[in-house]
This record gives sequence, structure tokens and C-alpha cells, in this order.
Amino acid sequence: MSTTASPELEPAGPETPALPAHAPEAHAPTTAAPGALYSWFTTVDHKKIGTLYLLTAVLFFAVGGIEALVIRLQLARPNNTLVSPDTFNQLFTMHGTTMIFLVVMPALSGFANYLVPLMIGARDMAFPRLNAFAYWTLPLGGFLLHFSVLAGGAPSAGWFSYAPLSETAYSSTMGTDYWILAVIVLGIGSVSTALNIIATVITLRAPGLTMQRLPLFVWMTFVTQILVILALPVLNASLAMLLIDRQLDAHFFTGGTGGGNAVLWEHFFWAFGHPEVYILALPAFGMISEIIPVYSRKPIFGYEFVAASTVAIAILSFGVWAHHMFAVGMGHTTDLFFAAGSMLIAVPTGVKVFNWVATMWGGSLRFTTAMMFAVAFLLEFVVGGLSGITFAAAPIDWQVTDTYYLVAHFHYVAVGGVAFAMLGATYHWFPKMTGRLLSEKLGRANFWLMIVGFNMTFFVQHFLGIMGMPRRVFTYPDLPGWGALNLVSTVGAFIMGFALLLFLVNIAVSLRSGQVAGDNPWDAWTLEWATTSPPPEHNFFEVPPVHGRRPLYDLAHAPAAPPPAEGPLVPAAAEGGAPAAEHTGRLDKLDKFRVMMWGFIASETSFFGVLILSFGFYNARLEGGPTAASSLDVGKTAAFTVCLFASSLTLHQAEKHLEHGKGAASVRWLLVTVILGLVFLVGQAHEYIGLFDSGISVATNLFTTSFFTLTGFHGLHVTIGLVALTIILGLASQRRQPGSPGSKGDTGEHPQLVPLKTIGLYWHFVDVVWLVVFTIVYLRAK
Amino acid sequence: MTPPRGVAVLPPFETHSAQARAIADLFTQTLIVCGIILLVVTFLVTYCVVRFREKDPKKEPVQTAGHTRLEITWTLIPVLIVAGLTLLTARTMASSDPPADREPDITVIGHQWWWEVRYRSGAVTANEIHMPVGRDVLVALESADVIHDFWVPQLGRKIDVTPGYPTHVWLEADAAGTYLGTCAEFCGAQHAWMRLLVVAQSPEEFAAWDQHEREPAPNPTDPEAAKGARLFVDMTCAQCHAIRRPGVTITQPNSGPDLTHVAERTTLGAGVLDNDEKNLWRWLKDPQGIKPGSHMPSVQLSDKKATDLVTYFETLR
Repeated sequence: MSTTASPELEPAGPETPALPAHAPEAHAPTTAAPGALYSWFTTVDHKKIGTLYLLTAVLFFAVGGIEALVIRLQLARPNNTLVSPDTFNQLFTMHGTTMIFLVVMPALSGFANYLVPLMIGARDMAFPRLNAFAYWTLPLGGFLLHFSVLAGGAPSAGWFSYAPLSETAYSSTMGTDYWILAVIVLGIGSVSTALNIIATVITLRAPGLTMQRLPLFVWMTFVTQILVILALPVLNASLAMLLIDRQLDAHFFTGGTGGGNAVLWEHFFWAFGHPEVYILALPAFGMISEIIPVYSRKPIFGYEFVAASTVAIAILSFGVWAHHMFAVGMGHTTDLFFAAGSMLIAVPTGVKVFNWVATMWGGSLRFTTAMMFAVAFLLEFVVGGLSGITFAAAPIDWQVTDTYYLVAHFHYVAVGGVAFAMLGATYHWFPKMTGRLLSEKLGRANFWLMIVGFNMTFFVQHFLGIMGMPRRVFTYPDLPGWGALNLVSTVGAFIMGFALLLFLVNIAVSLRSGQVAGDNPWDAWTLEWATTSPPPEHNFFEVPPVHGRRPLYDLAHAPAAPPPAEGPLVPAAAEGGAPAAEHTGRLDKLDKFRVMMWGFIASETSFFGVLILSFGFYNARLEGGPTAASSLDVGKTAAFTVCLFASSLTLHQAEKHLEHGKGAASVRWLLVTVILGLVFLVGQAHEYIGLFDSGISVATNLFTTSFFTLTGFHGLHVTIGLVALTIILGLASQRRQPGSPGSKGDTGEHPQLVPLKTIGLYWHFVDVVWLVVFTIVYLRAK
Repeated sequence: MTPPRGVAVLPPFETHSAQARAIADLFTQTLIVCGIILLVVTFLVTYCVVRFREKDPKKEPVQTAGHTRLEITWTLIPVLIVAGLTLLTARTMASSDPPADREPDITVIGHQWWWEVRYRSGAVTANEIHMPVGRDVLVALESADVIHDFWVPQLGRKIDVTPGYPTHVWLEADAAGTYLGTCAEFCGAQHAWMRLLVVAQSPEEFAAWDQHEREPAPNPTDPEAAKGARLFVDMTCAQCHAIRRPGVTITQPNSGPDLTHVAERTTLGAGVLDNDEKNLWRWLKDPQGIKPGSHMPSVQLSDKKATDLVTYFETLR
């Protein structure tokens, strides 16, 4: 087992040039210079932002962990009275919400943020300022969530907040409202990061780095972001509807009263919630896929199968959500469909496990702490995955769902799986981020205490569940064995807490006095190891040539042949995208703005899809009150609809004229577009006022609620589009001197062309949504 | 609550109905399959850890990148396993959860945090279901407020009790005894104390119980008990609780449990207390202290008033 930092990559032969010597000061691990604190608040650098995510995640991990320890203390003995029932319910709600939205998702964003640009040889993310924005939604969301404690009490309806328990009748404090707002804000941040990562991976890869050569961490993170942009908007739409219920007296989910449907909340929530667990798991799989090969000194076994199985999991993850609802009683046909899908999704996961084992097989294994966590991951995650299989068999679920057997299952996959992977990832990449190795001695103590603590806490919970103990109970009767096993679990939790404390101590101590790491202490092969530890602000002095999946391995093992014609060293990819080299395809040439906007359109499709589904669902079951046919004036709406559609045509004209450099004409078309958009908004406002005047409000019946929600959010999107178009209009109508900032650059392209085309895409999408809404709501009105 | 004697340790495996047995069998089969898979993976990982430890840092292992045939094999075999388990699942779903094919024998309504139990025969009780051994009983489930879940593991599956979404479950017990159940969907502050009991009796005993439950409570003859009966109305208890008595009409029957035969029940407060005089007295004095958040307010009952009420309730057999 190697503990010494290996020197920079030794070239294989004299003809193969060494990587350029780096400036000496780049070797020393940088510590924050005085006055640099401000730079952390204003940074747009992906490495700093990644670090901020990780540090914030650690902070919230402590909060969520303390919540867990109090929960375990309360449950240590039967009939305990350490905390009141209501406090307990707030604790487990906050624990779950914190761990998922304030710890694991941010930590994974942190790792992704830090590593993805480095691993693809880029200088930064595609949109550094969007990156910073996305980070700052995290402290805001965390603050909103925790402010509830001071505003009447934290949310207490559980992290998935089933209705009608989460409706005002049964959750009367503002806790649930703060929960809703916090999660909405955090979701916006997640989607922003996802768009950024997708655009970055598609457009900023170093020459030679085809999609098929992506490091698996990058590939799995990339696939995860596609899940994010499709799943998080489902949650946000549902949260908006719940907030409308709570604050505007509507009845989307009130469970029978006013036509509301409690099961619909469950469907919407789990349609987000199941992809969410893969959003948590897939990046962890990516980390393992980097770590195990390095410490086995072999490439990942079956790269294509590991990559393909990731896509299979992503696709299947949208088809299994109702396995969280087997107990609802939706009927055997429905249950069986989801049971079959849930069993099936185990297969691609199993494929990964076998490939990881096969990677180790025949390798030369070095048991650094990172590798130990990765191996432990394999076993713990398989336990969690197998208990998941038992749940997929619906009748078994009918016995053990909502018991501690379930609590055991998801902690095995989330902690034994995802958290262990992140711990391993920290030991693996901390040297790159800080320039120092974490202590292996403390690492071993950390590891073994985690193994003992984690398994002690959660293994016994399998038994508690089968013994009949339901979850989310603040106490339990003194049934045989319940007290003893709960006590064991509590002791285990404290051991785990201590293990994690050691982890933090390791970080603190090693930051100060850890062994200097050098560029590539682990003899790894991906591009992040081809620069200093920590990397310079621009990431690379020179990006090595990429001809395969392991660029540094290839460099070290290159045959003694003359270097390739274009030169072995290529400058780091500039932000605008490097010229395409061998094996790179069309993907590299795509405009990053268009990629980002199409991604955003996909997320908005998901959001509006839920609202449209909701409208259709409720309007098929109206029981009296106003209907579309009785209350809407199709003719009037058609008139301002025509204006909206016309605005797409005029916008297209504006784009065309700007493409041909006819700035003045373009501005005129753009002005007409904005005016047409305003006409639409005024028309919609007029319609709303008319409805209010006739006594119709959001809460009148489920037609009016879903109508106002759907058209209201659409109107909001039109408004935002108009603001953006007006800004572009203003910028485009200013005359510019050649050579001044914002004037036509080398490409001869008008500086507003890319923004116009990008916002144009958004605007056309908003029109398409209206086409669908107008058809469903107005034209097919009953 | 004090657990009954001989309470099951692993209720889903200590089954007393055909439905629960079907699930237990599937559980056992699936655990065996999963256990084998776990053993195989553990063995493989352990073997790698031991056998392939780095011995010579200078020697690079063979850089095997993959093996397509192996990939196909370890994809196909799990698919087959999964297909087999799905078949077993489908079969067990049918045998463990038969459809409702007649009028329900019992309607159970979930409330925060107690179970209302209404028999087709007219009997009404709370938190305790009696049934005859060896006969299938069809239970219809509704919720009066939030989502609950009805779960008696020794007798069968759990089923959500969702407002606006009626469900059903079959109960069947092959042996006399008391089977523990509980609410299994988080339903608010006192979800932990929304327990229930299923008491399976011989058909004769059940018939007698059912007959008795349908009868109103006798008017109290003892003067202390009579005082208690008057207090029951004066302290507004009758606003939420029904006690069916001759000559008394029930107006608001079910905000709280029916108390007509409360003294016969095993527990109070849906399992938070054993049902005896002392506990009943404590409960009447301070329900919020015992089950905080429950919908029964703590009124200012003097000790004497509480005693009188207890005396009255003890006649409600």
C-alpha cells in the first residue's frame, strides 16, 4: 500500500516530453490569504464554489446529525419523554429534509462542481455566474427552512409531507410553508447547476475527449443532471400547488374535501422522489467508478456496460415511483407493473456491482482509506439494494413498508452507499483540492469506527421493522426486544457520530500539517491529476493530449515514437470552446447557450406537464361550480392568443435581421414582439379581472384553482420573457462604436445575437406551452 | 400498554391467516434468494481483498478492460432471477389480498389518533376489533381526516386509510388470541399511539360479544355512578363521545370513541394506557399530559368528579 506522494508522472522515454515544470509556488498548498474572505463571497470559480458547497454541506450535516442523535436518544428506551411528540415529529422532518436537500445534494454538487471541469480539461464551468447563483440558493434555502423554528415551529409532516396532513387543517404552523419555500429555492439551484453541468460537459471538453472517453464520474454526473432537470420541476410544481392550497384555500390535495385528492400528491411527490434517489446514488456510483480502478491499478472493467447501465437506470427510474405507494391500495395491476419495474431496475445496478468487483479481480489492490470506503460501499450498498428487492415484491412491502425495516433499507443505500462513497471521494480528492494528503492513520480510525457505528445503528433496524415497529413514532410500547435493539441502535449512532467527528478532525489537522501531495499522489489517470494540487485558478498550464479514457496512463506508457503531428501539448480549452480535434463529433460545436436553453426548456416542460396533468385530472371530475365552458370567453382569449403567436413570428424576424447585421430593423421587430407580448398579458389580466368580478377566485372549485395556477404560471413565464426581451431590446438599440465593449467582435456577429436567439428559443417555447394550454383549457372546454 | 402474554416477536412470520402466510412464504423465498446473492458478492469481494493485495508495486497487473460474454451472463442471470421473483410476487398478490366481493362486515374509520369500528350488525366500538375464529371478515376502511394505515401483521397486509379513497382488507384468524396492530402511516402528533387490537374468539363467544355490543348501556343505579352519568353530559363529554343508553339520543356520535362498553376494552387512548380504574382516572384528569396533542381537552376535573366519572364508566360493560 502506497502512502508516499508519488512524484509527477514520469515520462516513459526520452522522446516523450515531460509535462512542463510548474512554478514552484504552485506546489505549496495554498491557504487563504488575508483579505481573501471577500473573494469567497464574490467568486465565480468552480473550484471555490465547489468548496463552498462542500463546506456548507458539512455544516448542515452536523445539524442533521445532531437531529438524528436526539431522535435516537428519545428512542433509546420505550415510553421515553426526552422530547415531546411534536418536537420529535419536527426533528425527523428536519433530519430527512436536511440530509437530502442540504447535505447530500449540495455535497454532490460540490464534488461535481470541483471535478467536472478539471476532468474534462476545461477552464471553468460553461456559466460561472450561474454557478455562483446556484450555490447561493443553498444558504438561502437552508436559512428559510430553519427560520421556521423561530416562526412557530419547524415543519412536522415528514420530509415527503403527505397531504392532507400537510394542509393547514392539520399543520397549522408556518413550518410547512417555510419547508415549501425552502425546497422550491433549493430546487431552482439544483436545476441551475444541472443546466450548467450539461452545457459544460457537452461543449467544453478538451480536444480528443469524446463522450465515449468521459471519466465515469463525469458521465454519471451528466446523466444525473438530466434526471435533475426532469424531476426537480415536478417537485416544484407540486410544492406550488400545496402552497396554493395552504395559502389560498384551494383543494388540490385536501383528500376528499372540496374535490381534492390526497393520492395525487403521493403520485406527484414520488414521481420526483424516486428519480431523486438515483440523483443521489448515480454520482456516488461515479465516484466509486473512479476510485476502485485507481487503487486496483486496472481500468474499470466493462466501461461501456457501466456507462450504458447508468442510462438504463435513469430511464427506468421514471417508471417505478409507485413502489412507494404499494400500501395505498391502487389495485393489483398497478402494483404489479411497478413491482416488475422496481425489480428490473436492480439489474443495471447489479451490472455495475459486478463490474466493480471485476475491476478489483486480478488487480493490484492498495488499501488506502479511499479504497477501504469504496470496498465497504460495495457491501453496504448491496445490502441496501437487496433489501430494496424485498420491497419490490409488493406483498412483502405490504408487511414491512413504513416500518424500521424501511428505515434500515434507505439508510443502507443512502449512508452505507452514498455517504461512504463521498467519504472515499474525500480521501481520494482532498489532496487534489488542498495539496495535502489526509492522514491515513486517522483515516483508518474514521473508517473502522464508521463500519462499527453505521452497521450497529442500522442493521438491527431490519429486525425492529420485522418485529412490528412502525417508523416515525416518537415512542413505542415495551414489547419484547424493542427496547434492547433500539438501545443498540442509539449506541451505534453515537459511535457513528464520533467517527464523523474524527473525519472532520482529519480534515482540520491535514489542512494544516498533512503530507504534501504533489500533482498525482495516487498514480491516477484522469485529467484532474495533470495539474498542480491545488490547481491554479485557470486549472491547467497545459492540457495533456487525450487519445483514450486514461490520458495520463497513455502518456506514461506511450511507445518511443515521434509525437503526433499537432504537437503533444494543447492549450487548455478556452471558454468559448476549443477547435475540434480527432474523434470529436458534432456535439463539441454546439453553442453552450443553446444547450443550456434546451435543457431549461426540458425542465419547464416537466413543470408545466404536471400543471397540465393536474388541470386535466381535476376537470374530468368536477362536481359543480364554474367550468371552462361556463366561465371563459374563448373568443377574447383567442384574440390575444393570436397576438402571442404573432410575437413568435415577429421575434423570428428580429433574429433573422440581426443575423444579417441589420440592427435597426431587428430592433423594430423586437419592439413589435414586446408590444404583442404585452397585449397578451393585458388580455390575460383583463380576463382575470373579469373572472374575479363575477365572483370567481382561485379557491372557488378545482376548475378555477387549476385554471388560475396553470395560466398564472404561464403568464409569469411570459412576463419573465418580456423582461428579458426588453433588456435585449435596450442593449441592441444602443449604437456601438467598433472596438468598444459589446461591439461586433472578431466573428462579425452582433453582440446581442446569441442572447436574442437564446431568449428567442425560450419565447417560442412559452408560445408552444400556450398552444397546449389554450387547446386543453379553452378549445376543449366542457 | 402492557403487551399481552405470548405476544409474537416476528409478527409477519408468526402468521395466523392464509393471507399472512402467503406473504411470509414470499418473504422467506425472497430473503433466501437475496441471501445467496449477498453471500456470493461478499465472497467475491473478500476474495479480491485477500488474493489481490498489492505485493509488488512495480508490477502492473494485466489491464483487462472487459469481457462482453461475462457482461451478458451477469445481466441475463439477474433478469431471470428478477422474472422469477416477479412471478412469485404476482401469485402472492392474488393469494394474500383477495378482492372485496360482498358488503363489508366491519367499517373501520381512521381518526387522529383512534380507530372507529362499526359492525354491519350495528355494534360500535373503538380501537379493538373482535372477530370469530376461522371466518373471513371483510373490513372496509375510510379516513375521517388524514392518511392512516391499518396494519395487523400476524393477519395480513397493511393498507392505507386515505380520505376520499376507500379501501378494504380481509381479516381471518385461524386461532383464538389477541393480535397486535397499529397505524402505520405517519398521521400527526400521536401516530405512535394509534394502536389497535384484534381479538379472535370462538364463533359462540364472538356472537355473544357482538350481541352485547349492540345493546345500550344500562342506566346507572348506584348514586355515585349516576352522578358520573350526569357529569358526562354537564362536562360536555357527550359532545364528542356517544354512550348509547335507553332514552338518550346521540347527536354528535363520533368525534371521539364510542364509550357504551368502554370498561370491557383492553386499552385506553388507542394503546397508550392499560384500561383499569387507576389509568382511567389519570386519563380523565389529564389526557393532554398522557397523550399530548390528542383531541381530548384537559378540562378542570376535580378529583371527586373524576372519581364519579370512573365509577360510572366502570358500569359500562
